[in-house]
Amino acid sequence: MAAQTVASTTDTPNAPAAPAAPPVDLGPAVALSCRECGERTPLSPSFACASCFGPLEAAYELPTGDPEALRKAIEAGPESIWRYAPLLPVPADVAAKPNLNPGFTRLVKADRLAAELGVTGELYVKDDSGNPTHSFKDRVVAIAVEAARAFGFTTLSCSSTGNLAGAVGAAAARAGLRSCVFIPHDLEQGKVVMAAVYGGDVVAIEGTYDDVNRFCSELIGDPIGEGWGFTNVNLRPYYAEGSKTLAYEICEQLGWRIPDQIVIPVASGSQLTKIDKGLQELIKVGLVEEKPYRIIAAQAEGCSPVSAAYKAGHDVVRPVKPDTIVKSLAIGNPADGPYVLDIARRTGGAVEDVTDEQVVEGIKLLARTEGIFAETAGGVTVGVAKKLLEAGVLDPAATTVVINTGDGLKTLDAVAATSGPTATIRPSLEAFRAAGLSAH
Amino acid sequence: MSVSVRIPTILRTYTGGQAEVAAEGTTLAEVIADLEKNHTGISARVLDDEGKLRRFVNVYVNDDDVRFEQGLATATPEGAGISIIPAVAGG
Repeated sequence: MAAQTVASTTDTPNAPAAPAAPPVDLGPAVALSCRECGERTPLSPSFACASCFGPLEAAYELPTGDPEALRKAIEAGPESIWRYAPLLPVPADVAAKPNLNPGFTRLVKADRLAAELGVTGELYVKDDSGNPTHSFKDRVVAIAVEAARAFGFTTLSCSSTGNLAGAVGAAAARAGLRSCVFIPHDLEQGKVVMAAVYGGDVVAIEGTYDDVNRFCSELIGDPIGEGWGFTNVNLRPYYAEGSKTLAYEICEQLGWRIPDQIVIPVASGSQLTKIDKGLQELIKVGLVEEKPYRIIAAQAEGCSPVSAAYKAGHDVVRPVKPDTIVKSLAIGNPADGPYVLDIARRTGGAVEDVTDEQVVEGIKLLARTEGIFAETAGGVTVGVAKKLLEAGVLDPAATTVVINTGDGLKTLDAVAATSGPTATIRPSLEAFRAAGLSAH
Repeated sequence: MSVSVRIPTILRTYTGGQAEVAAEGTTLAEVIADLEKNHTGISARVLDDEGKLRRFVNVYVNDDDVRFEQGLATATPEGAGISIIPAVAGG
């Protein structure tokens, strides 16, 4: 479709030709804008506002005028995040380039889980374990790859708790870029292997994820980091936009409607912030009807700085030293924490945390009722949904979506101790009968 | 106390492009005040209108995030390395 744009040209009919096209083509993204103070800068690999340190994010000229045509174009698009290219900071021909084509993962109607939790409305699990490297990070990295290409970077990098490292390694391999990722030294083995198998460099840092972040921030400020595209640091304004596709897909899969309640895991808070942004954009371009929705943020108790701030009524987040089995959410100093607080409060939602034991219970409950094996972060969202339903905070009659961000195979250790064989027997019918497992 | 301060890219316009500068002070607040004397304008970038550290800036004295310590009152021992770092997204 021929998308119209919000901004109209200022050229008069007799004016000289417009100056040369902008140096980068990132589709409808036209500038970077500070989320704190609103200051605008040209598109570049920058991530913090020079005036106030606030996070920079992509600002758009979004399609307007004919929502029906936009909806049809999206529905006719590829079964990946690229169906939403008109709403993302990517060139229009993005789907034709070598990439992993993430997204359009299943939205599972979870009736058996609903029955177990006492939900009388519709309950869905948005299962992002179905992405190419089995976590939602493929969405954000795919956008970052386009930004890396646009800015001429040849090395793709990141600081990671594991999932992002794997996604960067795979996406870089497919795109023909070098990769070098940085992780805390004590990650789950599955995630380390997944990061390394794609052939890039993997550097384990002796410290926490927050130490890794600090190191990477200093690396890009140093001449030895020149030419490196860090997905979640200097490419952050583009990278983070990939999470909006979760909002787009959920609404499209629900027949272009916004659910009443969404439970989202919080590490840095970027995903939650961008899901909210995605919902707002869908309303703005007319693809969904405006309606109230509640955003619920979920953390693990052993790393719950945002939950603690929410419960204390604060609007700033005091960092913590993480101690939880949920390593993918173990960010003690969450950059977008203040926005998570703002969004949870603005939407009438909540921020809650669960213990590691409740995380494991959540993983097993989802697996037992729906056949979905979630990584620990999925155990957090299911656990928080259960806790808030029991507390009467979540409405059991509402349409609710719980997000699972990754595959349980990545975090086997969390459930290995309590998920072994029911019995070990000799290969004989007699032994099986003796084990008490026969149907009759 | 004499300390060295690592300057993030977005603040290097105030330090003539230098990535690391020397400063004096026994606390972080004094160090920032000393930075301001030699690099006018830098203080307003790091501190908000109420004189508090902006909420999206991380400051480390040696390896310690000052929010785990005493914030602007955190001691800056002789020879300390101070880093000013913008917050980044998760991974």
